[in-house]
Amino acid sequence: MGLKDNLHNFKVKNKGKKWLPAFSAIHTFLFLPNEVTHNGTHIKAADDLKRTMNTVIMAMVPCLIFGMFNAGYQHHIAFDGIQAVSGGFFSPEFWTLDNFLVGFWKILPLVIVSYGVGLGIEFIFAIIKGHEVEEGYLVTGMLVPLIVPIDIPLWMLAVAVIFGVVIGKEVFGGTGMNILNPALTIRAFLFFAYPTWMSGDKVWVEGAVARDQAIAAGQNLDAVSGETILGSLAQGKEVAHSVADMFFGFIPGSIGETSTLLIILGGLFLIFAKIGSWRIMLSSVLGALAVGLIFNQVVDAGVITETSKFYGLMSTPFWHHLLIGGFAFGTVFMATDPVTASQTNKGKWYYGFLVGFISILIRVFNPAYPEGVMLAILLMNVFAPTIDHYVVQGNVKKRKKRLKVKTA
Amino acid sequence: MGLLSKKDTKLITDPLADNNPITIQVLGICSALAITAELKASIVMSISVMFVLGLGNVVISLMRNIIPSKIRIIVQLTVVAALVIIVDQVLKAFAYELSKTLSVFVGLIITNCIIMGRFEAFALANGPWKSFLDGIGNSLGYAVILIIVGFFRELLGSGTLLGFPVLGDPIAKTGLYAIGYENNGFMLLSPMALIVVGIIIWVQRTRNKALVEDH
Repeated sequence: MGLKDNLHNFKVKNKGKKWLPAFSAIHTFLFLPNEVTHNGTHIKAADDLKRTMNTVIMAMVPCLIFGMFNAGYQHHIAFDGIQAVSGGFFSPEFWTLDNFLVGFWKILPLVIVSYGVGLGIEFIFAIIKGHEVEEGYLVTGMLVPLIVPIDIPLWMLAVAVIFGVVIGKEVFGGTGMNILNPALTIRAFLFFAYPTWMSGDKVWVEGAVARDQAIAAGQNLDAVSGETILGSLAQGKEVAHSVADMFFGFIPGSIGETSTLLIILGGLFLIFAKIGSWRIMLSSVLGALAVGLIFNQVVDAGVITETSKFYGLMSTPFWHHLLIGGFAFGTVFMATDPVTASQTNKGKWYYGFLVGFISILIRVFNPAYPEGVMLAILLMNVFAPTIDHYVVQGNVKKRKKRLKVKTA
Repeated sequence: MGLLSKKDTKLITDPLADNNPITIQVLGICSALAITAELKASIVMSISVMFVLGLGNVVISLMRNIIPSKIRIIVQLTVVAALVIIVDQVLKAFAYELSKTLSVFVGLIITNCIIMGRFEAFALANGPWKSFLDGIGNSLGYAVILIIVGFFRELLGSGTLLGFPVLGDPIAKTGLYAIGYENNGFMLLSPMALIVVGIIIWVQRTRNKALVEDH
């Protein structure tokens, strides 16, 4: 008798026990998804929640691995003074084991804490409420380490995950019922609760915070600056990174969001697998380009001069906005979350366009929050049901009209 | 016979939990969100509301037979406004710093829905003694929530209680801060107060299923 049968027998024998949901979660995770209907006529599809979630995780793995290399690379550039790579994406100086290990040992604990705490809470809620554990946290748990700065203390991450999963998801009824994207709820919590660890130019390079504290304590060290491109632009400084660096991702930033190239590949994979909505991705890019173009026109017309504090971000060539900050990552992996985004096809166009549009608006006009994508997506999450409502009502009206024309 | 009959005791105890003005009737939320970042402010606000509501209920109850029903709202407003001005002046005279922290929210006690709600629902139909008890009970219910929220917000947000640093010194890195603890800035923002109130409502309804509405 194999492991599978053993597990199944165990489950049957212990039916109705209080802790069974926790056990069936492991069973489900290893072998089969939530059991569904046994009789009647039903459309059967090969993909279920688990497969959907796993596909998204696969799309994120390149970003995660690149993030590990990049973390070490940024660390070595800042501390050991190595030269920036010149050979583009395939330069061997970047893909060294040295770089990888620095990032690996920093990022692995983040991933473990995120999954450990998040799944722990899911288990507890499943046991209290007596339902099966859903796979919803699999993606959230992967997203969270990718969208935080590398030096974030683990206990902060744990507190934020508890907050995000309980307040962002479980109070609404668990996976599939949440209004806000749980991963972004976690990031938003961190952002507002511990702003010194989530923004500024000291948190993006591994070790910079520690060094900063050593300097504050009186040691004689050079300060390290890991300013992100958004940070520099918001302050009207010169950007030290080339467009190619922005595209490939050799820039300081949240762990997984720097490489636009890999995010695009992940996005294409999601579209190919029919998991991510290409409508949201495309319309979001259009929205961002539209508002960027408007700002460029405003600057060209001379309305905003160099003395204005918005000049730096407004005069950035409009398509650069797609490459910097978390825009690409947010658009591909966050805005397309099927639970919190608009459900109707037409609604997805509006939803995506507004996500892109508002992202850049916040980015430019609110220097305190240079990363507007998070706030824009959370805002649109709240509006998504309203958008859907009006799309559906519009359709109903159209059909009624058609009916009238026919019968008249 | 004791000081309070059974019915009178109920007037005091009911609003503390099962008919709490904030968590059950969802009134007076705005001030609960705005001024609870410090425990001291919560306590002073609670006392102010207790004064206004207790006395106001008595005044309205005494006048209840001579107030024409068409203009009763404006009469109630006048009574609240008069009492609030007294509170405001007393605070300014004896606790100026605190009155600056509370700023406009003392004046806004006038618009606190709990007060108008109690005037309308209770004082206009009951005698002065009962109205007084009802006012005290409801403001105690308000105070309980304000103090719980204020406690957690000040403790987690600034690491102090009533201004006393209970978790250590964040700048000199003593106590909890020595092992890497940081104050939670989100706790000082009003949205977090809403979430704390929400959690209190959640806990309360989990403990007493009778409070859960059917759909």
